[in-house]
Amino acid sequence: MNQFQYVRATQPQAAIEAVAQTTDAKFIAGGTNLLDLMKRGVMTPQKLVDINRLPLNKIERMDNGLRIGALALNSAVADDKLVRERQPLLALALNAGASGQLRNMATVGGNMLQRTRCAYFYDVTMPCNKRAPGTGCGALEGINRMHAIFGFSDKCIAVHPSDMSVALVALDATVLVRGPRGDRRLPFAELHRLPGDAPEKDTNLETNELITAVEIPDGPFTRHVHYQKVRERASYAFALVSVAAALDLEGTTIKGARLAMGGVAHKPWRLAAAEQALVGKPATEATFRQAAAVAMQGAKAFKHNAYKLKLGPNTIVQALRTAAAA
Amino acid sequence: MAMNLEPDEPATHDEARRTFLKQSSLLTALALVPGPVVTAAADGLDEHVVAAFAPTPLTLKVNGTKHKLTVEPRTTLLDLLREQLHLTGTKKGCDYGQCGACTVHVDGQRVNSCLSLALMHEGRDITTIEGLAHGDKLHPMQAAFVKHDGFQCGYCTPGQIMSAVACVREGRAGSEAEIREYMSGNICRCGAYANIVAAIQDVQQGGQKV
Repeated sequence: MNQFQYVRATQPQAAIEAVAQTTDAKFIAGGTNLLDLMKRGVMTPQKLVDINRLPLNKIERMDNGLRIGALALNSAVADDKLVRERQPLLALALNAGASGQLRNMATVGGNMLQRTRCAYFYDVTMPCNKRAPGTGCGALEGINRMHAIFGFSDKCIAVHPSDMSVALVALDATVLVRGPRGDRRLPFAELHRLPGDAPEKDTNLETNELITAVEIPDGPFTRHVHYQKVRERASYAFALVSVAAALDLEGTTIKGARLAMGGVAHKPWRLAAAEQALVGKPATEATFRQAAAVAMQGAKAFKHNAYKLKLGPNTIVQALRTAAAA
Repeated sequence: MAMNLEPDEPATHDEARRTFLKQSSLLTALALVPGPVVTAAADGLDEHVVAAFAPTPLTLKVNGTKHKLTVEPRTTLLDLLREQLHLTGTKKGCDYGQCGACTVHVDGQRVNSCLSLALMHEGRDITTIEGLAHGDKLHPMQAAFVKHDGFQCGYCTPGQIMSAVACVREGRAGSEAEIREYMSGNICRCGAYANIVAAIQDVQQGGQKV
């Protein structure tokens, strides 16, 4: 690991100033991804600003929803009574990610900012436009079985690894951000970006901005929800494909639907057209199949990930079927 | 320095390096060669000298004993426990948070000590495998692992046991499936999983305080 200066902050403003003072300084919270990357030389920050002591870990009820502090632990959010009652999809997605130990360390803010697990990004001897802009994309013509089928560019075909983020994008969450120029709100769907010509940028956060909380509006999705994650072992692995599904049912008719996928794009992939295809229809296998077909429009596979073109719609159907029966 | 920062903020990297170079006659010659070479050499130095790069005070409670320590910022909680406190029960398996051999409890919660800087735990209460037994009396989970032969080579066992204790305390040991899911962060290359699950179920069903 490279050497770095370590600073411990107790207030958000001080943390932001401490990061702004140094080029290539990073906030550190749980550290579960950043330290992993630093040990491999993928990230080499000159300064770490420890934000674990900032008062940002509350889970609060608001008039129209929940506000979850950026430093709330993944395990604390997944086990929280309010979250389980009002946003059970979020709890399911959180518990599908990582392990018991890691969920006790990883924070909500850190989870959404974790980097891709693309093997070419992680291996410093390989070309990677995300890690080293201009060196090329090793995955494009390489071993790309874990890679994107939506929204990629010829500069980067990596996928976002977070499960929690798939639920948050489906639930229309909002990210609260504080930076050197003050506070702002960002729809969760606009937090992450597609790679385009600048895959080194994972998000639309500006330099030195700190995520302080995420807000989730109340909705009708308190019962018929499911997070379906397909991976290469039963637990503790990143998704090949995952689907967050939420249904608002009146009898057997779908009044409202939310659908998002993980493991398929550079950002959590909301399936708005497929949601529209579900509304007003009966909650049947045929409806789900039809919506899944809509969801997969525009998908394109590479040499080693064509299985996702079939696994994707099957996972969507499975998620919807389980959500409807919940 | 910003006003709200705690006073225990370490010296800057450059100051720390200067201090180190002054202190170490052994390495004086290296002051004349480029930075990266000094860094590379530093990585190979013994722990006392490396700590001199940015000696930072740290107070921790480990297995009930309070320790006032000095650590270099890069030191992980795992390396602190093993290399400075000589508590070698906690194992370094992968060192990347993938295997769980380094599992310890921080304020009662299980964590991967390899993916955590020691300095992030100022004032915290750490429990390692060495702190689980009461004298010669094994913790019920340790006794259950012995009874059910929950290991073969034993390397992952301290992490398995620390995780298993937490799993029961978290109320996640209700069924074989739940145990397997909530123990998935602990890998056993010998494949002793069936016996590990049996040991945890025994403790869960025995109703002893863990």
